[in-house]
Amino acid sequence: MDSAPVLEVRNLHTHFFLRRGVVKAVDGVSFALRRGEVLGLVGESGCGKSLTALSILRLLPQAAARTIEGSVLLDGEDLLAKSPGEMRAVRGQRIAMILQDPQTSLNPVFSIGNQLHEALARRPDNTGRSLRERAVDVLRRVRLAAPEQRVGQYPHELSGGMKQRVVGAIAISCAPEVMIADEPTTALDVTIQLQYLDLLKELQSSLDMGILFITHDFGVVARMCDRVAVMYAGRIVETGPVREIFDNPVHPYTQALIASVPKLRRKTGRLRAIEGQPPALSDLPVGCRFADRCPHAEPRCLERYPEAVNVGENHSASCWLAA
Amino acid sequence: MSTAPILEVHGLSKHYPVRKGILFSREVGQVRAVDGVDFSIGEGETLGLVGESGCGKTTTSRLVLGLETPTAGDVLLEGRSWQGLSGRDKQDYHAKVQAVFQDPWSSLNPRMHVGDIVAESLRISKWGTPAEIDDRVAALLVEVGLRPEHARQYPHEFSGGQRQRIALASALAIGPKLIVLDEPVSALDVSIRAQMMNLLKDVQEQDNVAYLLVAHDLATVRHMSEWTAVMYLGQIVEYAPTESLFEHVRHPYTKALFSAVLPDHPDRQEEGIVLSGEVPSPLDPPGGCRFHTRCPFAMDICSQVAPPLTESQSGHLAACHLE
Repeated sequence: MDSAPVLEVRNLHTHFFLRRGVVKAVDGVSFALRRGEVLGLVGESGCGKSLTALSILRLLPQAAARTIEGSVLLDGEDLLAKSPGEMRAVRGQRIAMILQDPQTSLNPVFSIGNQLHEALARRPDNTGRSLRERAVDVLRRVRLAAPEQRVGQYPHELSGGMKQRVVGAIAISCAPEVMIADEPTTALDVTIQLQYLDLLKELQSSLDMGILFITHDFGVVARMCDRVAVMYAGRIVETGPVREIFDNPVHPYTQALIASVPKLRRKTGRLRAIEGQPPALSDLPVGCRFADRCPHAEPRCLERYPEAVNVGENHSASCWLAA
Repeated sequence: MSTAPILEVHGLSKHYPVRKGILFSREVGQVRAVDGVDFSIGEGETLGLVGESGCGKTTTSRLVLGLETPTAGDVLLEGRSWQGLSGRDKQDYHAKVQAVFQDPWSSLNPRMHVGDIVAESLRISKWGTPAEIDDRVAALLVEVGLRPEHARQYPHEFSGGQRQRIALASALAIGPKLIVLDEPVSALDVSIRAQMMNLLKDVQEQDNVAYLLVAHDLATVRHMSEWTAVMYLGQIVEYAPTESLFEHVRHPYTKALFSAVLPDHPDRQEEGIVLSGEVPSPLDPPGGCRFHTRCPFAMDICSQVAPPLTESQSGHLAACHLE
């Protein structure tokens, strides 16, 4: 995979400026996503993974949140330099997004077909087919049963798994180069989750998209991702190919996350819990942000933040012990 | 079962009528949420109840908690039926059967101090003098890994993991025999889940309390429980000592659930039964074996006769015609 990245995020800083101080939610995040690749962005809630996605699409939640530094390059064009109008042409058409809860992503008062038309109408199609035919076609691509009937139905008539397929259909209707999937299967049942993950893989290879897959579940990572970036308190602490991360995790946080999950195949004794909590993003330590929960912390960990170092092929970690 | 059962459930059913029309409404069907369920839980033991959403596991737990009246069947606590109880005896039942729910953001009253939340059941049951209650609250907070001074704070000042600890302290206050844990860790972050699971095990050892663990994650159930029951469309399809169930799965639905578990390593993808389609509606469940519409091994008999639970070795029950 030596092709040029389709999406490249460089040194992204998104902060909230509040009366009580500055919350550094995304604080120097860099990664690259290639076509045909699934990059997993893994971390706990509040680590800044969703806000990274919103910063890429420039959909920050409130006036207080601003991206103050960094660049987001889509095929080499900086999205942060675009006008709001130009940005609208990017969202949905070149970068699509799937959110966690299909219930809130769909509008309850419009039919499935109607919501698909909205997306399809933005991409002209010269085969002379009607919007309805194209909507049925795209529903068939996400393997929704009986698509001819579904276009006339409303979201409440569909189950959670079916609704998430409709969201997927809207996302691929403009054949985007990049898809951002923010925990798309967390709200689904286990047997439905697996079907959906397989569908995303299939769509990805047929459309040659790059997928930025945001999750907290290492099982999803193992099933879906080619590369992994582990995020903690606003920064990426380790990146590498998926097998490297599972076989040879270097950062103590990655190690602890993988070890703290109970195993299905054997009886586990006492779980290796990570004691304590992540630091407050408004009051971050100067040193390593994981230091106060880290079993291997040394004095230098508290004094300076460790820069990322290469620990293997395409594998880097921000830890003094790895340096 | 080595220990005497604390809780016995016999032929438990809960059907909800479905009505049509406003003025002259008539019953057009019944949702068979729970349909003839038997199980028992020994003192200090954990029974894990697994299944997809809509299988009736939450309704079962609400019936055990006495929050719903069963349509048929009985719940016995220490040999006494819930249905005959009234007045003080009923209050006593509710004291002995406590609950910790999934979402610690909605299960704690935001207007009450943590100390009052924990002390509420003690005050209602006139457990002791105010000074004794204060001491008990302080001891409970320490037991769940918090500090006595946290009693004067409000729930919003705590993180999800800490709130779930508060919920556990308040469930433990009155000295229950059984705690219903409804997805106790699924709303928590990965790094916090292991802490909570370890705490639940410590508390069980110390207080000899039994758990009814409602969960969808098989690895969590394996880690936590001595017995496991698998539910599908309101019925138990497999019920066995946890180790026996995880070593020799008997029912095809349980096998399918195992196949849907995400791998713990990219090179260990589960291959097995991948279910197509979704769970049928409990409004009109399929005749015969309820799983026959999705079962890859279904035979003619499966659509006609409902298979009974049969025992293989050491109490391993499964309801399937294949054997």
